[in-house]
Amino acid sequence: MQAENVISSPDLQERFWKAMKEIPDGEKFKMCIQCGTCGGSCPSSDAMEYTPREIFAMLRAGYIEKALMANTIWNCVSCYLCTVRCPAEIKITDTMYALKTFAMNEGLYNKKFKAPIMAKAFVGNMERYGRNFEMELLIRYYLATNPFGLLAMSPLGAALFFKGRLPLLPPKIKGQEQIRKIMKAVDEMEQNGKGGAQ
Amino acid sequence: MKYLYYPGCSPETSALPYDMSAREVAKALGFELEELEDWNCCGATSYISFKDLLASAVTARNLAIAEKAGAENIVAICSACYLGLVKANNITAKDPEWKEKINKALGAAGLEYHGTVKVRHFLEVIVKDIGLDAVREKVTKPLTNITVASYSGCQLSRPYGDIDDEEFPEMMDELMGALGAKVAHFPQKGKCCGGMLMSTVPDVALKLNKNILLCAEENGADCISTCCPLCQMNLEGYQGTINNKFGTRFNVPVLYFTQLMGLAFGIPAEKLGISRNLASCRPVVVKVG
Repeated sequence: MQAENVISSPDLQERFWKAMKEIPDGEKFKMCIQCGTCGGSCPSSDAMEYTPREIFAMLRAGYIEKALMANTIWNCVSCYLCTVRCPAEIKITDTMYALKTFAMNEGLYNKKFKAPIMAKAFVGNMERYGRNFEMELLIRYYLATNPFGLLAMSPLGAALFFKGRLPLLPPKIKGQEQIRKIMKAVDEMEQNGKGGAQ
Repeated sequence: MKYLYYPGCSPETSALPYDMSAREVAKALGFELEELEDWNCCGATSYISFKDLLASAVTARNLAIAEKAGAENIVAICSACYLGLVKANNITAKDPEWKEKINKALGAAGLEYHGTVKVRHFLEVIVKDIGLDAVREKVTKPLTNITVASYSGCQLSRPYGDIDDEEFPEMMDELMGALGAKVAHFPQKGKCCGGMLMSTVPDVALKLNKNILLCAEENGADCISTCCPLCQMNLEGYQGTINNKFGTRFNVPVLYFTQLMGLAFGIPAEKLGISRNLASCRPVVVKVG
């Protein structure tokens, strides 16, 4: 599913730039010099619909949906190679994170992509346990994306289990209530930060 | 000497051998790893990547607890935990507005963080604080008969590059040399294992892992040494899948650098969790003797 080749509404553009402004160095990609070092360095750029350089050009030109609906931001492996090489010193990986945040808040992503589902499962895990419960994370993730994937994963899961590396019970921390309070406080700040836009 | 230790979620479960061997190695070198009280998840990549403020705030809870305990350092063994904690620390130090936001969130839980704790990676503590001379002194079974491909991956030295070279990390090579091992020429040492993409976009991650395994094999490595649970899992847990997909025949042992240290220190393999590794490490253990 490719977004149409149209410039985004002024409303969406305004929300987008406002959100980028709130993130440290979130707007710095405006200074992209279009050299292509990012795409040339990226280990997964051959699997991206557009390279980071192209995404930045689209966003600057106002094609927000088109940029966010592409698989690019979700195929970032977080290796930071582009970040350390960028001659314009744009924190490209962190910008990918900021774009993911905005895309998820706006629901602007291809529902076929699996990374947003993984991210949501991870947050749920944190909310419930304060630590990552790998077993539940993977079960929730595969049930939501591809239940057969769970079968495909089961030999690895069984091997880990028998090696004592896959506990079946969730972790517990004393400060779970603290975690919930922190999460709630952040939610409130983010809601306030959105102002009248939503 | 005592360090406050942040184990992280994986070393408690799927990377248990890493935690076991790190504690053994610390003991052998004469320093204590004191576990951070009631720590929580660092947020990891999949969390940071779409909930930045939330991830920083939740991660900062660990830093706040460490600060309250009067700790100077907090030591992580997982590269992703290390980076998560470093990021939360840096943003608190450099961005007053975010520091305020983070503290507002922490405040709701009766905590605060001023930014006095230094985040360290266990590999860095060994090489820079303890020192390679102290390591050499403890070696009773030098790894002379094995060639190691030391794989540092991404998040140990990127994006900040403050503890090792951003593209060609060398700390682990130096450590392996101090253990007596032959260090393989290994251009993939700072390349990416694909991280969480092994679950979300496996085609990308499988290819990256194939490249790393192939590079190690072609350069005559007996094993790969890692400093990150996710790298270790991706590299050893999917060799069968990679062999099916690419027609390769990899069967490469992938050990944590702490396990190799333990072997060189003469610590029994079972204490280092070596039998818990998925790809058999027997050839390595036999060669070390």
